[in-house]
Amino acid sequence: MFPLKEFKKSLLVALWFVALTFPLMVIQVDPIERIVNWRWNNMFFVAIGSFVLSVVGKAFFARKEQQLSKKRTAQNEEVQDTIFQRVLREPRYLWPISLACLAFAIAFPFLFSTYQTNVMTTALMYVVLGLGLNIVVGLAGLLDLGYVAFYAVGAYSYALLNHHFDLGFWTVLPVGGILAAFFGIILGFPVLRLRGDYLAIVTLGFGEIIRLVLENWNEFSMGPSGIANIDRPGLFGLDLSLNMSILYLYYLMIFFLIITIFVVNRLQDSRLGRAWVALREDEIACQAMGIDKTKTKLVAFSLGAFWAGIIGVVFAAKTTFVNPASFTFLESAIILSIVVLGGMGSIVGVICGAFILILLPEYLRALSEFRMLAFGGILVLMMVFRPEGLISNVRRVYQFKKNDRGEK
Amino acid sequence: MKFGVRRPLLAAAVALAFAFPAASMAADTIKLGVAGPHSGDLASYGLPTINAAKLVVAEVNARGGVNGMQVELLIEDDVCKPEVATNTATKLVSDGAHVVLGHICSGATKAALPIYKDAGVVVMSPSATNPALTQSGDYPNFFRTIAADDAQAQAEVDYALNVLGLKKIAVIHDKGDYGKGLAEFAKVFIEQSGKGEVVLYEGVTPGAVDYSAVVQKVKRSGAEAVIFGGYHPEASKIVTMMRKKRMNTQFISDDGVKDDTFIKVAGKHAEGVYATGPQDNSANPISVAAIAAHKTTYGTDPGAFYENAYSAAQALLNAIEQADSTDFDAVTKALRTTKTDTPVGNINFDERGDAVGVGFAMYQVRDGQFVEAK
Amino acid sequence: MDYFIELLFSGLTRGSIYALIALGYTMVYGIIGLINFAHGEIYMIGAFTSFVVATVLSIYGFPLLAIIVLAGVCAAIWSSAYGYTIEKMAYKPLRHAPRLSPLISAIGMSIFLQNYVLLAQTSDFLPFPELIPDFAFMEPYAHIVGSSDLMILVTTAVVMVALTILIKFTRIGKAMRATAQDRTMAMLVGINVDRIISATFIIGSSLAAIGGLLIASHIGQINFYIGFLAGIKAFTAAVLGGIGSIPGAVIGSLILGLTESFATGYISSDYEDVFAFSLLVLILIFKPSGILGKAETKKV
Repeated sequence: MFPLKEFKKSLLVALWFVALTFPLMVIQVDPIERIVNWRWNNMFFVAIGSFVLSVVGKAFFARKEQQLSKKRTAQNEEVQDTIFQRVLREPRYLWPISLACLAFAIAFPFLFSTYQTNVMTTALMYVVLGLGLNIVVGLAGLLDLGYVAFYAVGAYSYALLNHHFDLGFWTVLPVGGILAAFFGIILGFPVLRLRGDYLAIVTLGFGEIIRLVLENWNEFSMGPSGIANIDRPGLFGLDLSLNMSILYLYYLMIFFLIITIFVVNRLQDSRLGRAWVALREDEIACQAMGIDKTKTKLVAFSLGAFWAGIIGVVFAAKTTFVNPASFTFLESAIILSIVVLGGMGSIVGVICGAFILILLPEYLRALSEFRMLAFGGILVLMMVFRPEGLISNVRRVYQFKKNDRGEK
Repeated sequence: MKFGVRRPLLAAAVALAFAFPAASMAADTIKLGVAGPHSGDLASYGLPTINAAKLVVAEVNARGGVNGMQVELLIEDDVCKPEVATNTATKLVSDGAHVVLGHICSGATKAALPIYKDAGVVVMSPSATNPALTQSGDYPNFFRTIAADDAQAQAEVDYALNVLGLKKIAVIHDKGDYGKGLAEFAKVFIEQSGKGEVVLYEGVTPGAVDYSAVVQKVKRSGAEAVIFGGYHPEASKIVTMMRKKRMNTQFISDDGVKDDTFIKVAGKHAEGVYATGPQDNSANPISVAAIAAHKTTYGTDPGAFYENAYSAAQALLNAIEQADSTDFDAVTKALRTTKTDTPVGNINFDERGDAVGVGFAMYQVRDGQFVEAK
Repeated sequence: MDYFIELLFSGLTRGSIYALIALGYTMVYGIIGLINFAHGEIYMIGAFTSFVVATVLSIYGFPLLAIIVLAGVCAAIWSSAYGYTIEKMAYKPLRHAPRLSPLISAIGMSIFLQNYVLLAQTSDFLPFPELIPDFAFMEPYAHIVGSSDLMILVTTAVVMVALTILIKFTRIGKAMRATAQDRTMAMLVGINVDRIISATFIIGSSLAAIGGLLIASHIGQINFYIGFLAGIKAFTAAVLGGIGSIPGAVIGSLILGLTESFATGYISSDYEDVFAFSLLVLILIFKPSGILGKAETKKV
């Protein structure tokens, strides 16, 4: 079953990791007291742990390889979809499933505690953020590492307008979105000529610039101490208790999510959506087909930014406090991870990605200090085992059946 | 009061049960929530609070608990991030925490407080020093065992201008919530005093690889002293850089710097640095016992805000004992009226929630130790 | 004038450190087209390893020179080992995956490594032993440029020259350039591409480790988080100079370091990073592939 050779290899892997982790895991020094603490038992744990993981990993890859070769020999002309993808394409399965999900989502606050609802609201916010970034990265293929800047624009527009002019949530919501979209265009213009990773670093820089300005320009943004006591969203002037407002925000997010899914779905199949995909696949060919590259890119940036702005407003209303520390690069990286992990360009994928990445750290709380370690490790493992993302986007394929025209 | 002592507790429990369907109902334990950064880059400020809470709770439980009820700890991480802190707070509230020790960072505390306020939970922070937390009057449920930043900035400025007699002062901060707030107060106090002038006011980026450009700027400004608002990693980098450039400008900083790690890291360059910190409690037997308990249990010296956290845990549990209830009004009243013997002194709290009898003293590093500077 | 020279040196020191890290980014990018976000963490691990080794040796009473050499060598060895392992585990299985998947894997690796060091060692800041002594001949100039600044500049220059020779004239260097130009073609002419990629990671990681050792002993402290900001800055520098180009990374780093230093000195350090990033945007608007990057021309 498990050949001796593989066993030996795993043993070597374990040995390698023992050597690798030796200075950091085994030795601990106290430079003041000048004591060296040799923690030999850690070495033992590393050895056992890496050996087991290596055996499991090897077994997994062996199986994957077998499946792959089977597929190759099957000589099946038709593209094999996973069951999941087939379900997604068939409206007669898709509708009941979506409705069941919706019913579950509506019932959720009554089944679980307030805390769970609150966490779920956060997760829903990230789903919408992911869908927004998906327009930019997944559809138009523009790698954006500073998406959080637009999120910050939305959050601060609500925080500031609420603080200075007492404007309500519903008034600022469109303002925040439009302002963010405007910033999207501002960012879009200079980067039109840039490609791939150059674009990535400029967007990263842009995100940092926005954060630094918020941090340093005290007169405008109150600096790092942030803005507190932002109003929660109102419901026809009713005074909501904490529980009620958590519930209210939750349903609000469900509502936003449905709208977002609807819009993104329609966009994908629209003229504009197809122009984005064309742009992602080949810019030059796209231009040759008469697509206005500038306009298409700018629309992608501003539409993506618009969603971030909207969610920014919701964020400020939910936390009732904003400060620049919430809008770091790591946040952009997490949102990007949602899109890539879920499967670029796929709506269901992004939803799954967001739930995994946002709920994972919450439920990993049980692991306490190992939480972020596990999070990083899982991110790597998921990418290694499913590089296309959890649910990869199904490209529309037209198949010509040979018999249709009576050919041989 | 007409009701028996137990009734308000029961009423509170029922109210809580109504408010949070999934909250555990057991009223036979007192649940003390502990919130703060327990992972991430600021973990070293949050972890000592857990140790302090564990030790206090172990001691109280060994004594037979609070009015016969055992104390249970609910420990939750907020990574010092406001958006996580709201989740943390909701979790603690729905887990039925009666009182909360935390949060550590002012920003996270600000975000979390409205949630506790709505749920009627008393929060006591060992370290959130932002003045607005108590002075704004927005948070009647907030208490702290540490003095606010403005008091600290005042102490620093007074010392620099009046005791050391310096005139030209450079104010530097780390662009953070705490550091920049403090620096702003310092700047205003210097300008108001009319005795000195602020020759430079700048922020440095925490974590940057090198601060020599800022140090050059300090040198060029001709400042006699630097007042720094921020934490020890940046402070030790700036001091080291200044001394390496052969500058002997005085360095005055805050309790984010008055940490033994600062002396360890800055080594010989730390000599002569001034830092404000909570009053010296080494003569206080409770403080000595608290530190000794940490050493025997964990084998190391306690970390940042340990004594404040220890005091806060004691004050909270004592207030519940005095009030004989976890009812919000009763506990806050007890906190304001009854005094508790703690490592930071015999304290109670004023109307705004600041501890009475907790203040700042100025320390100077002499021979590798913080010594109170008179 | 003194002030100007002081700022100049401070900028050059900063730039040299960025350069040591940026080289790793640019080499890896040149060969496999991946932004290796975990590279900043490699630099941090290098600093930590040298910290552990140097402290242990000084406790056992080794002479200073032996400590410097051994700490440097160990840091380079272990950092390379980490770089090599990361490549094998997190990037190699993704070589034919969509372009963004390795990027996410790299971000995950970076989070993992940070927390690994946090747990294995400590969350606290640790005092790094002062490995570079104050040279007596530098004393008259100590108020302008410190001994450690000088040491960093000299080491960086030496490393640059060595690297250039390696890339230009050795067999492995040629193979690297070939792989960077066209991986499939390189395979066809008999280059073991896997081995070349590993070598790239090893070289890049050891440079980062040297950077880690130098900067840690310059500022005298380390913790598990130092890699993040340094990594972002070095990455910016690499792109500024034209990612994939080795002299570009050095020039980009120096420009970035000098900009930050002069912006702090003459304007305000409040906005030093804003200046740095604005400069990046500005340069990329006019030269979309960086200062020395090759403009991508595509035949249709």
